[in-house]
Amino acid sequence: MLNSTLTELSAALARKELSSVELTNAFLNRIKKLNPGLNAFITVDEARSLADAKASDARRAKAAAGPLEGIPVAHKDIFCTQGLRTTCGSRMLAAYDSPYDAHVIERFAAAGAVMLGKTNMDEFAMGSSNETSWFGPVRNPWDAGLVPGGSSGGSAAAVAGRLAPAATGTDTGGSIRQPAALTGTCGLKPTYGVVSRYGMIAFASSLDQGGPLAKSAADLALLMNAMAGFDARDSTSVERPAEDYGRELNLELKGLRIGLPNEYFGEGLDPDVRARVGEAVRWFESQGAKTVEIALPNTALAVPVYYVIAPAEASSNLSRFDGVRYGHRAKDYTDLADLYRCTRAEGFGAEVKRRILIGTYVLSLGYYDAYYLQAQKIRRLIARDFAEAFRRCDLVMGPTAPGTAFAMGAKSDDPVQMYLNDIFTIPAPLAGLPGLSVPCGFDAAGLPVGLQIMGNYFAEAKMLGAAHRYQQATDWHLRVPSGTPL
Amino acid sequence: MSLTLEQVQRIAHLARIAVSPEEVHGVMERLNRVLVLIDQLQAVDTTGIEPMAHALDAETGIVQRRRVDAVTEPDRRDAFQARAPAAEAGLYLVPKVIE
Repeated sequence: MLNSTLTELSAALARKELSSVELTNAFLNRIKKLNPGLNAFITVDEARSLADAKASDARRAKAAAGPLEGIPVAHKDIFCTQGLRTTCGSRMLAAYDSPYDAHVIERFAAAGAVMLGKTNMDEFAMGSSNETSWFGPVRNPWDAGLVPGGSSGGSAAAVAGRLAPAATGTDTGGSIRQPAALTGTCGLKPTYGVVSRYGMIAFASSLDQGGPLAKSAADLALLMNAMAGFDARDSTSVERPAEDYGRELNLELKGLRIGLPNEYFGEGLDPDVRARVGEAVRWFESQGAKTVEIALPNTALAVPVYYVIAPAEASSNLSRFDGVRYGHRAKDYTDLADLYRCTRAEGFGAEVKRRILIGTYVLSLGYYDAYYLQAQKIRRLIARDFAEAFRRCDLVMGPTAPGTAFAMGAKSDDPVQMYLNDIFTIPAPLAGLPGLSVPCGFDAAGLPVGLQIMGNYFAEAKMLGAAHRYQQATDWHLRVPSGTPL
Repeated sequence: MSLTLEQVQRIAHLARIAVSPEEVHGVMERLNRVLVLIDQLQAVDTTGIEPMAHALDAETGIVQRRRVDAVTEPDRRDAFQARAPAAEAGLYLVPKVIE
């Protein structure tokens, strides 16, 4: 049961072989057993989860049920949940009880899903290793000495360790795809504007996008059907008709044009990652897909562009945390200005403060044009590179991350080394494009490698179709981490 | 360019974050590493390129929607103020600003 896909669990629930209460209990027990080691969850409320499950079983007894009815889903602790604290991995919000639910939370509730708990994350989603959380680091189920990636590291570790059958995450520069790659799970960052940001605590608003993590591409499609959709409360929510993200799961691979960017296979790429991604691409070729060499010449500029734009937006977004309206307030201060300064010094961790300071600097008088405006111009060049590439191919494939999971502490002293881990995941959100990561094998140490598939705007169904076809022929996505056997 | 201690304190003041004398050197050193990274942007010729402010404006032509200028939210003052560190009689309490 713990290793089943959502499709299988949904079928078992429909056949009444299993109740939602039994299913929820199985995952709650798994959490009780493994979470003390993994630290994947910040908050679990068993009574609430079981109440959700009971209500679901009652609904099922009365009427036809949708595919997520009774399925437990874990939520990244960046999505506001009424009655269940929402911390965003920060001391600033360590005791925050949101007065409303995020749109994504409403959607899963409407689909009948069970709230399984809130997952750990890098503080305010700023990090690539889940080491910046105020609630302690998350450990990788494949090896407890390694990071799970970040910032949605708790969600990825929960799915990988079979503590949850599915989870939500958010991706600003790779925060869904990179942890998915480092834990051997699947994660999708949708096109900007597809999933409402209402109630999703803001980091960099022109980049932030919610998305699902799960064991398979078909499961991601089911989750997207619940998560995606227009919401008037998010001014950047895209008004499009509802779509079935599973409609292209049987995608015809013959004649599919796969773009391979030279820049994604250059120096600095781990040889095992290169080999596994190459093997996956060759499998697609064996099914009749055609590979096309493409150029994304501004790839190397994506990381510096991101580290101007994201901190600039963060410095503005996080100015709301002032110790007055909600969240942490310092105990000792002299006057109002000191209340702000001390509250923010105590409430934010080192990485969050660093990004606020960088953002403040690049937006300040005399530096705005040279940094912020220049970064926005190069952002357009990066988007143009992709537009040019998608004239010649249907999907782009490459590695999700330049290496596999790294040791805890290995990069935490040098912010730039940490930032460079996101070199292949940062370009898609800068262009607003969708990207997903699926497992495609292991390195010599037995650690999972992620294949990244990027598509044009709103091409999620096609990307999921390609990934699903690959998963019909491989079983990388069903391998259970050695550190958390069933 | 690289930041001096004085500049770091100035930025920290603008950001309303207290940086203690013990930590300011470490903060400066790490900020300067990040500046080396983002200074790479200065070498790029962007003459005639429009800044991109919205993630979808490049190809899709999607622009941000406007909403009707009307009150749509119910009054939830009590619920919101219940989360405040200090509130009383519908007011947020802060240290005295005007003598």
